[in-house]
Amino acid sequence: MTFHLDVVTAEQALFSGTVEEVIAPGAMGDLGIMPRHSQLISKLRAGELQYKTTEGAMASLFVSGGVLEVQPHVVTVLADTGMRAEDLDEAAAREAMKQAQDALQGKDPEDLDYEAIQTELESAKAQIEMLHRIGKLRGH
Amino acid sequence: MAVGKEILTQIKSIGNTKKITKAMEMVAASKMRRAQDRMKASRPYAEKMRQVVNHVAYGHLEYKHPYTQIRENVKRVGYIVMSSDRGLCGGLNVNLFKKALQSIAEWKKQDVEVDICVFGAKASAAFRRYGIVAQKTHMGDAPKVADMIGTIKVMLDAYEEGRIDRLFLVENEFVNSMTQRPQVTQLIPLVATGTDSIKHHWDYLYEPESKEVIDALMQRYIESIIYQGAVENVACEMAARMVAMKSASDNAGKMIGDLKLIYNKARQAAITQEISEIVAGAAAV
Repeated sequence: MTFHLDVVTAEQALFSGTVEEVIAPGAMGDLGIMPRHSQLISKLRAGELQYKTTEGAMASLFVSGGVLEVQPHVVTVLADTGMRAEDLDEAAAREAMKQAQDALQGKDPEDLDYEAIQTELESAKAQIEMLHRIGKLRGH
Repeated sequence: MAVGKEILTQIKSIGNTKKITKAMEMVAASKMRRAQDRMKASRPYAEKMRQVVNHVAYGHLEYKHPYTQIRENVKRVGYIVMSSDRGLCGGLNVNLFKKALQSIAEWKKQDVEVDICVFGAKASAAFRRYGIVAQKTHMGDAPKVADMIGTIKVMLDAYEEGRIDRLFLVENEFVNSMTQRPQVTQLIPLVATGTDSIKHHWDYLYEPESKEVIDALMQRYIESIIYQGAVENVACEMAARMVAMKSASDNAGKMIGDLKLIYNKARQAAITQEISEIVAGAAAV
């Protein structure tokens, strides 16, 4: 049994194809989705979206949040931003994290857009976590 | 030779104009290509978003978002008009405004008030008399959602507070580089379109609560539609300008050809006259 998975971000379409299983970073915890799952709609947090292709290999993408919709034979991920695992850059993520932390410690709390910075921070953290996980798998 | 001095000056000045229109044509062509790329890149997201929202509009959900509730009694409607900042792009903006005014006139006939929100300097100038409630101009060739969201929020808030009962979007559809079609679409309340196959009683499982998820989804939906509209409008503007400037260059070329013909005829006439005068003079001796 397989189903169709679409992953799109505002800038590009990241993945479209047939898969056997999806593990998504839901706002309330990770969601494992198998074929013929009942209709579900969930917010996503920043994290790793894994899917099992028809060849049986696990592949993964990074999403920074968004919305996931499940229909019995189609799963659609509307990510705010996202990238392929091989495009992740640990240095860039650390830099983004540092900037967000600096901004939070800034002097003028009234100008701060806490929500935006918090999102940024979580996204950077999730990227680094994901890199570490993949790194371990590859045996670094 | 002093023949046709003024014709020569005219040819030269048309030549200069032609150079400018030619340059504008080429600039518009390269900008159009980039705008088209942007449009294509954001299209999958907008399409998928539309699909998901369509499911939401069709389903029997426990939480009814204001955007999915259709109000029967319409007292005031809102329009969002997308236009370009600059002119010299043929009839693009004029055709769009005509379409918008037609639609507005129909509401006015039914005694419905109209609020207008505009993007682009051209629409801002055209709709000044009609009561603009929000506007944003000069967003450049690569519009950003962040620049547009404030202006849109004015209209969305008006809808949620019940000051307007319908919200329409007036924008150009990019068919191909030769054709752009102005169209008026209803943005909210959502109109469910498509197949009836999913039209039966079902509801989603929600994570977290239904209100939170649907609110997040709707916000992203409006953002994506408006962004797509703005990006598409830039592509339309560039395509229209390219075509307009191409025909202007062609016309200038034709005018230069005609003037050259007149100039050569006048020159030839002058030479013939001179020769005949010499011949007549020699015969008289």
